[in-house]
Amino acid sequence: MRSGGAARLQVRRRLGVRGWIYAGRYGIDRYLYVLQRVSGLGLVLYLLLHIYETGARLRGEAAWTATMALFRHPVFVFLEFVVFAGFIYHALNGVRLMVAELGWLLGAPARPVYPYGSSLSRHRPWVYALMLLGGVLLALAATDIFALPG
Amino acid sequence: MGESRWWLISLAAAALMVVLLTIHMGLMHLTGLLRATGVDLGDVRSFAEVTARGRSVTQLVFYLLLLAAALYHGLYGLRSVLLEVTPPRGQGLISGLVLLAGLVAFAYGAYVTVRTFTG
Repeated sequence: MRSGGAARLQVRRRLGVRGWIYAGRYGIDRYLYVLQRVSGLGLVLYLLLHIYETGARLRGEAAWTATMALFRHPVFVFLEFVVFAGFIYHALNGVRLMVAELGWLLGAPARPVYPYGSSLSRHRPWVYALMLLGGVLLALAATDIFALPG
Repeated sequence: MGESRWWLISLAAAALMVVLLTIHMGLMHLTGLLRATGVDLGDVRSFAEVTARGRSVTQLVFYLLLLAAALYHGLYGLRSVLLEVTPPRGQGLISGLVLLAGLVAFAYGAYVTVRTFTG
C-alpha cells in the first residue's frame, strides 16, 4: 500500500506545471519556490541571448556600437531592470535555500509538526531578512538604471 | 557519476556565481552608482573599453569561469524542470539536448572570450 506522502507526490505530478503553483498548506515558501523557478528560467534564456550578443564584438566596432545603441532603447532598459530583479531574487533566495539544504545556521533538524516551530522561528526570519535586503538592492539598481547616467 | 554528485556541482557553481556575477553585474550595470560614490570606470560598454579589458588574463579567467558556472547551473536547473514534465521515455533525449545546448553555448562564449584576449 502506498504511503500518504507518496500518494500526495503522485497527485502533484499529475498536476504537471499547475502543480508548481499549487501551494496547498505550504504557503509563502511554495510561492518563493515558484518564483525561484520562473526567475531561473528567465535568467537561463537571458544568459543564452547574452552569450550570443557579446559575440557582436568580433564583427567589429560598428556592429558592437549598433548593438549597444539598441540596448539603450527604453524597452531594453526596462528589460535590463527585470533581469537585475531576477538576478537579485534568484541569488538571495538561492543562498537561503542552500543554507537550509546544508543545515547551516538553522540548528538541529526537528519534526515538521504543528505549529511548525522550526519553520516559523528559524527559516522564516531568513525569508524576511533576505527579501528586505533584496528590496534595498532592487531600489539601488532601479536608481542606477532609470535615474543615473551610465 | 550519480545524480546527487551532479546536483552538488550545481550547488558549487551557484556559490561561485553569487560572487562572480555580483562583480560582473556591479561593474557592468551599476556604473552610475559607482560614479556617485567616486569610482568612475568610464564607458564600460564602449568598444575600446571592452576590447582593452578583454586582453587581460584576469578577465579571461574570470569570464571563462563565469561562463562555465552559469551554463552548468542554469542548464542543470532547466533540465530538472523539463524532466518533471517529461515522460520517463523522453528523459534521456531531454538530458542529451540540454547537454548539447550547453556545449554549443560554452564553445561559442569561450571562442568570443579567447578571440578578444588574443586580439
